[in-house]
Amino acid sequence: MKSTAEKRQPLSTGSEWTFELVQAYDREIGRLAERYALDTYPNQIEVITAEQMMDAYASVGMPIGYQHWSYGKHFLHTEKHYKRGQMGLAYEIVINSDPCIAYLMEENTMCMQALVIAHACYGHNSFFKGNYLFRTWTDASSIIDYLVFAKQYIAKCEERHGIDAVEDLLDSCHALMNYGVDRYKRPYPISAEEERRRQKDREEHLQRQINDLWRTIPPRAGGKGGEDDSRRWPAEPQENILYFLEKHAPLLEPWQREIIRIVRKISQYFYPQRQTQVMNEGWATFWHYTLMNDLYDEGLVTDGFMFEFLQAHTSVIYQPSFDSPYYSGINPYTLGFAIYSDIRRMCEHPTEEDRRWFPEIAGSDWLSTLKFAMKSFKDESFILQYLSPKVIRDLKLFSVLDDDEQEELLVPAIHDEAGYRTIREMLSAQYNLGNREPNVQIWSVDRRGDRSLTLRHQQHDRKPLGDSTAEVLKHLHRLWGFDIHLEVLQGDQVVDVQHVPGGGEPALEA
Amino acid sequence: MSYVIDRRLNGKNKSTVNRQRFLRRYKQHIKKAVEEAVGKRSITDMEHGEQISIPSRDIDEPVLHHGRGGSQGQVHPGNKEFIAGERIPRPSGGGGGSGAGKAGNSGEGMDEFVFQITQEEFLDFMFEDLELPNLVKRHLTGTDLFKTVRAGISNDGNPSRINIVRTLRSAHARRIALTGSSRARLREARAELEQLLLDSPGDLPAIRLLQEEIERLQARVKRVPFLDTFDLKYNLLTRKPDPSSKAVMFCLMDVSGSMTQATKDIAKRFFILLYLFLKRSYEKIEVVFIRHHTSAKEVDEEEFFYSRETGGTIVSSALKLMQEVMAERYPAQEWNIYAAQASDGDNWNDDSPVCRDILIRQIMPFVQYFSYVEITPREHQALWYEYEGVREAFPESFAQQQLIASADIYPVFRELFQRRVSS
Repeated sequence: MKSTAEKRQPLSTGSEWTFELVQAYDREIGRLAERYALDTYPNQIEVITAEQMMDAYASVGMPIGYQHWSYGKHFLHTEKHYKRGQMGLAYEIVINSDPCIAYLMEENTMCMQALVIAHACYGHNSFFKGNYLFRTWTDASSIIDYLVFAKQYIAKCEERHGIDAVEDLLDSCHALMNYGVDRYKRPYPISAEEERRRQKDREEHLQRQINDLWRTIPPRAGGKGGEDDSRRWPAEPQENILYFLEKHAPLLEPWQREIIRIVRKISQYFYPQRQTQVMNEGWATFWHYTLMNDLYDEGLVTDGFMFEFLQAHTSVIYQPSFDSPYYSGINPYTLGFAIYSDIRRMCEHPTEEDRRWFPEIAGSDWLSTLKFAMKSFKDESFILQYLSPKVIRDLKLFSVLDDDEQEELLVPAIHDEAGYRTIREMLSAQYNLGNREPNVQIWSVDRRGDRSLTLRHQQHDRKPLGDSTAEVLKHLHRLWGFDIHLEVLQGDQVVDVQHVPGGGEPALEA
Repeated sequence: MSYVIDRRLNGKNKSTVNRQRFLRRYKQHIKKAVEEAVGKRSITDMEHGEQISIPSRDIDEPVLHHGRGGSQGQVHPGNKEFIAGERIPRPSGGGGGSGAGKAGNSGEGMDEFVFQITQEEFLDFMFEDLELPNLVKRHLTGTDLFKTVRAGISNDGNPSRINIVRTLRSAHARRIALTGSSRARLREARAELEQLLLDSPGDLPAIRLLQEEIERLQARVKRVPFLDTFDLKYNLLTRKPDPSSKAVMFCLMDVSGSMTQATKDIAKRFFILLYLFLKRSYEKIEVVFIRHHTSAKEVDEEEFFYSRETGGTIVSSALKLMQEVMAERYPAQEWNIYAAQASDGDNWNDDSPVCRDILIRQIMPFVQYFSYVEITPREHQALWYEYEGVREAFPESFAQQQLIASADIYPVFRELFQRRVSS
């Protein structure tokens, strides 16, 4: 700490970047990150062009994706907006893999490259390595291999069974992708090599099991009675719909089951990202802010560089008010950055209020407190645990209750003493995936009858299903092969039932 | 530990396949959009792609999500005047503060998915239901201009065409080849002589012998001529047929009251096809639009396709005008002349023989090709039968076909041009 406090020569003065400079900045930022003992995977920094960035965009952050029209749609959309100048491309894309891959765009200035390195290579990277959800659900070292395997397998299926058949199947799987995750059970790590080795065995084994399950001739004539048959099957409701289809759908071919499995595994890989948006972006933003300021303090960057950085930083954490035309919900960068920054503030300069609300945080060591917060939570619990009155006041948060049985909207709480807890709970609930996504589970299968599949939607606060539900059920019907029923429950009461194929509406071809 | 890798040279079109998949899936939508665009575009304006828009609901990927309704709590930032417990009227449009349902002011609604296709894709979609085969790409024959082009080097030719560098180079090579061994020996002999003169200047017979050999070798080297006829190289020129790079396309159309807009649209497609076809063979194409009812007039494209006229029909007026324009601006030795005429077959009965005469005497001898399409579901009239006479006189360069619906355009087009190519 002695020598670094001295002012040094800036690393660069112009805005052009070179490979040597990128390396120099990375070295310095890495050195500073080490001071905070940020634990990261090795970094693989890839310099790409804007076109390549659009490609990366289109494949929703997977470095290697299988082929599907929806990615083409995504690409066309991005391309159009980018070419018209309606949007800038994200400065960075970072992939949760080991080594951690981060893309730098060729067009960026040196300052932006340094920002991205700090944000992605040290911020996101340490989050991927530290947060418990990522540690539990994803295996960073094997994801690239697995994606390569998936791409090859699907390409092979297209050759063998035709593009249309594979595309239809993928459409159906994508419709149910968010229901392809075991929320409570820890999954096995995925490994491409093992997948390949076991895949053949599995195909055969699986098919045998299915055949057993659907055997129509009773094993012993006059054996077990109706008691066994009348029991509901599956015994427990199944939340992982894709898993259930993969294992039990009666009419699927082995290759179709394998593709369902691929979609399911990819969904699982993204599951932690969906649950830690605020935490992840907030963490990365906090660290790029801290590390860049450290660079400046050491005299490694110029004033001009710092101005450019601050300009970029403020636009990243810009939060329009609810009545602004640019408002589209709470900016996760803003919220996350505000919470982490406030934790540090509470540790370093606690107020009376902080001591009352966060007795165990106020005045503690900020770095270990911050790391604990990063490692042990997901958005929902993170907000519930750490959203402080000061952040609520700074962002002027207020809640609105929209009840369709009421004539008017109600404002239950605002940013005042009486409202802090309510706001915190409501905001936390807003990030609870369980609340955000309808709770739909597989309830039963009519094994001895028409083989129909019954789903149950447990309504939460009487929130109905959206209007694309019928389409999703058609996709489900295509996978299952027999009738689908969807029961909507309020409490224990079935209030609505939908059927596919329903009255007159044609189902998708099986 | 970090590695920095330059990926910029890696392929950038990773999404091409996905893009193709998307186009493949929404072929019907795109085709419809292309068809509409063809109607709107100028026929010489086929150089760029097209913006396609598809209703968003058709390309949505359905997922299970919550709809509106029930009891929904939301936290928003930026409170200004609300207090706890306040009741506020529901914003109209049901937008939960998120400004849902903003109308686009750029002509494309928010519920449209808009993207660009390239010119190539545009043409593919446009010709798709016409099933454009490759034969259209073949060149038409019929050229009587030649130009001389250099075609390498030859051993004989006109003295004015001697290629000096090549000639001297080959002479040099020949001299080296023919005198190589003699000169090598000459060098040796000179060295020996020098040595001998130093070592034993008295050994006169040996010196003499060497001196004689040297003379003999020098004479042999000298005998090889500096330049031989064998060395002469000439620039070779050949005559290559030079298809005139200029073509003019006459579009003749009947705009009398009996031609409906639908008929004109069919005609327009036909003209576009012909234009694109010629475009592949010629560098420069001019298009002349002549419309006629009882009298003919040269007009611009807009007026040609979209102005409405009434009245009777005298086809010969258009042919006369075409002939005049040809004589005045497009001499046949400089221009490849193509003509396409579209009509519903109506004509003054007395006029049809006149048409035939004009065609046979004043037009057909000068044009590369004249195609006549009759867009009518009805029986042929006098004009058609008179034109059959023209076809007999010029089977190579005159063609006539009947069109009923736009789906017939391509087959007819192919029919018209196939005969020409195969003959």
